[in-house]
Amino acid sequence: MADDVTTPVAASPATSHPQPVAAGRALRARSAVPAPGGRRTAGPQLRKRLEIAFFVTPALAIFLLFVIWPILTAVQLSVYRWKGFGPLVDFVGLRNYVSVLTNDVFTDSLVHNLVIVVASIAIQLPLGLAIALLLNRKMWGQGLLRTIIFVPYVLAEVIAGVVWFQLLQPQYGVLDTIMAAVGLQGPAQGWLGDPDVALWTVIVVLTWKYLGLAVILFLAGLQGVSEDLYEAAQLDGATWWQVQRKITIPLLGPTLRTWAFLSMIGSLQLFDMVWILTGGGPANATTTMATFLINEGTRRQNFGIAGAASVILFVVALVMALAYQHFILRRDTQADDGGRRAARSRKGATR
Amino acid sequence: MTRTMRGATAVAIGATVSLLAAACAGQGSGGQGGGGETTGAGGDSTVTWWHNSNTGEGKEYYDQVAADFEAANPGVTVQVEAMQHEDMLTKLQAAFQSGDDAQIPDVYMSRGGGELKAEVEAGLVRDLTDDAADTIETISAFTGQYTVDDKVYALPYSMGLVGFWYNKDLFEQAGITEVSPNPTVEEFYGYLDKLKSAGITPASVGAGDKWPAAHYWYYNVVRECPFDTVETAIAEKDYSDPCFIEAGEKLQELLDKEPFNAGFLATPAQSGPTSASGLLATGKVAMELAGHWEPGVAGGLTEDGQVPDFLGWFAYPTFPGQAGDPADQMGGGDAWSVSAGAPDAAVDFAEHLLSDEVQTGFAELDMGLPTNPAATGSVANEVLAQLVPVRDGGGNTQLYLDTRLGQSVGQAMNDAIALVFAGEAGPQDVVDAIESAAEAE
Repeated sequence: MADDVTTPVAASPATSHPQPVAAGRALRARSAVPAPGGRRTAGPQLRKRLEIAFFVTPALAIFLLFVIWPILTAVQLSVYRWKGFGPLVDFVGLRNYVSVLTNDVFTDSLVHNLVIVVASIAIQLPLGLAIALLLNRKMWGQGLLRTIIFVPYVLAEVIAGVVWFQLLQPQYGVLDTIMAAVGLQGPAQGWLGDPDVALWTVIVVLTWKYLGLAVILFLAGLQGVSEDLYEAAQLDGATWWQVQRKITIPLLGPTLRTWAFLSMIGSLQLFDMVWILTGGGPANATTTMATFLINEGTRRQNFGIAGAASVILFVVALVMALAYQHFILRRDTQADDGGRRAARSRKGATR
Repeated sequence: MTRTMRGATAVAIGATVSLLAAACAGQGSGGQGGGGETTGAGGDSTVTWWHNSNTGEGKEYYDQVAADFEAANPGVTVQVEAMQHEDMLTKLQAAFQSGDDAQIPDVYMSRGGGELKAEVEAGLVRDLTDDAADTIETISAFTGQYTVDDKVYALPYSMGLVGFWYNKDLFEQAGITEVSPNPTVEEFYGYLDKLKSAGITPASVGAGDKWPAAHYWYYNVVRECPFDTVETAIAEKDYSDPCFIEAGEKLQELLDKEPFNAGFLATPAQSGPTSASGLLATGKVAMELAGHWEPGVAGGLTEDGQVPDFLGWFAYPTFPGQAGDPADQMGGGDAWSVSAGAPDAAVDFAEHLLSDEVQTGFAELDMGLPTNPAATGSVANEVLAQLVPVRDGGGNTQLYLDTRLGQSVGQAMNDAIALVFAGEAGPQDVVDAIESAAEAE
């Protein structure tokens, strides 16, 4: 839910502004052709607007129906006590919010979410960058390696979760069997059954799953770094390491920042993998805000509490997204405003 | 090029308009048509029936039952919808949320307890006390859990017990030659010790799904608390009787013996060979606390798809000096409820499902443990038939407490019990969790 709302916010300054202008120009250029024929010179503007309105309306209606309306319904539910059937009559004000925020399981969930946000970025950023830099060099089997790295991301999350669940089974799972063969022993309660280990196990699986996306995005970013710069650096006698540190990584900045943003939002609303692997257990060691609200809603039928939790999740995601936008992504957008000329010439160069 | 563009635009617009029109029209007729269960002038009526026997012989049997009823009652059509159990629960919940009689099935499965009470309070269920009086008389031993304010709202057709399903071969291997059908806790601990010293994991428990772990606590409550004490506690939302704490202490005593499979905190109940049922079915553990469904579940988890021959059953152990009646058991069942908006024929059909004839066929196919006394002798599976005399032995059958208390309180209780299994909560925490959830309700 939060994703649908926050990503457009994040993307808007960068992309959505220039696009309509460009599209408009293209349309105008096209409609200018038949004008000399003189078929309908009266209201091309009006007609165009009607056309746009017509094509936008269905999308807008669907957006309102499936995004805005559910959000409003969640907000409405969050101030009622409702067991899932019958009319909404038991208004409780903000009591559901109080009960969510004072619930240890929820605050633990929030902490787990934040741990996952930090751990995902702290692990995947250096690892993904290193792999991307390696795979960016011309070498044998490059395509194959890229594919292998990317495959986990292509797998459906639930399928990957079920497979990992089986691999991680205590005693009879593949991982424990291999470890036993070399004389090692995993945690007695298993990787997913030990409250001290489970969250880290989930983070390892998430890293496996999402590293491929980071690598592919970084590789794409690397394609945008001009060959000329490398040549110039080589002429100046820079080592490979210096080139990466002084040229590649700084120019990869916008890609890294955007990836980190996506990773952060994904971590905040993490649900599927946790649900399949642990269901939030053992002993609530891996709950996330999303598993908490599903648990309260569909399992316990406390739809009011689930509504309040979903609104809190939405606000947390929104605040973090806006803060990130303001403090970190601004660099990228400011470059567009302040140094527009410089940016343009850079774009020209890369193309 | 522009001409074709315009043409394309026109076609697109036309297509969209017709799609929208179709969508609206579809919605309109759907709204007006209802579920097609209106009672016509000639007394024709349609009864929609949801059940969860969606495979094999069970499904065929129920289709036949519906067809027989239609033949005996001209003008009545029974619309059977067989669904996978979890799907059925989800669909039922959605239908109830809609509050639309056309979407709510006329005859559906109820699990009783707090869930049924909530449905009754929302005015969704039909009072059967007078309309089905004869049937209720026949199965009166079991209608207690389906009664709200002295009115019966569902007809229980299967009532099973929770107990220990064990592997006879592994017990023998551990030198346990005599297994008591209703052991004392000392005898039970003796089994655990012998199994452990023979290098066999004594028991599996699907604490990952929480309820299988919670069953231990429920049973301890049944043993430690008199039946009426529990009833009063639930009615008054007051769990201060020390027997509830004793139940938790007995659970900790068991946990200290470490009888469970490795990783039991994350073990699922029934899905796959590494689930608690899977470990029992594949001979990896010696026993599991489970309900009457276990032979069916275990059969689905073995390589050849057959119910393992080695399965035996004994009742949950009794404690010395326990306050609960030793004949009391813990279990649960399924009942047929009739929705408030259903035609009268739906009540007749629900009664037909409880008739001697239908219940006997039900028992012969091992679809459950029938409640109609005329059919209890027909349970085909010997191990399953073992449960009937225990169930009908004069004690009360307490419903699974999570069902009894309703989802909200029940899940809070299960979560707390799972924490006890993880060693992160104690007996008092379970009681506190129940009380605070009950208060918030």
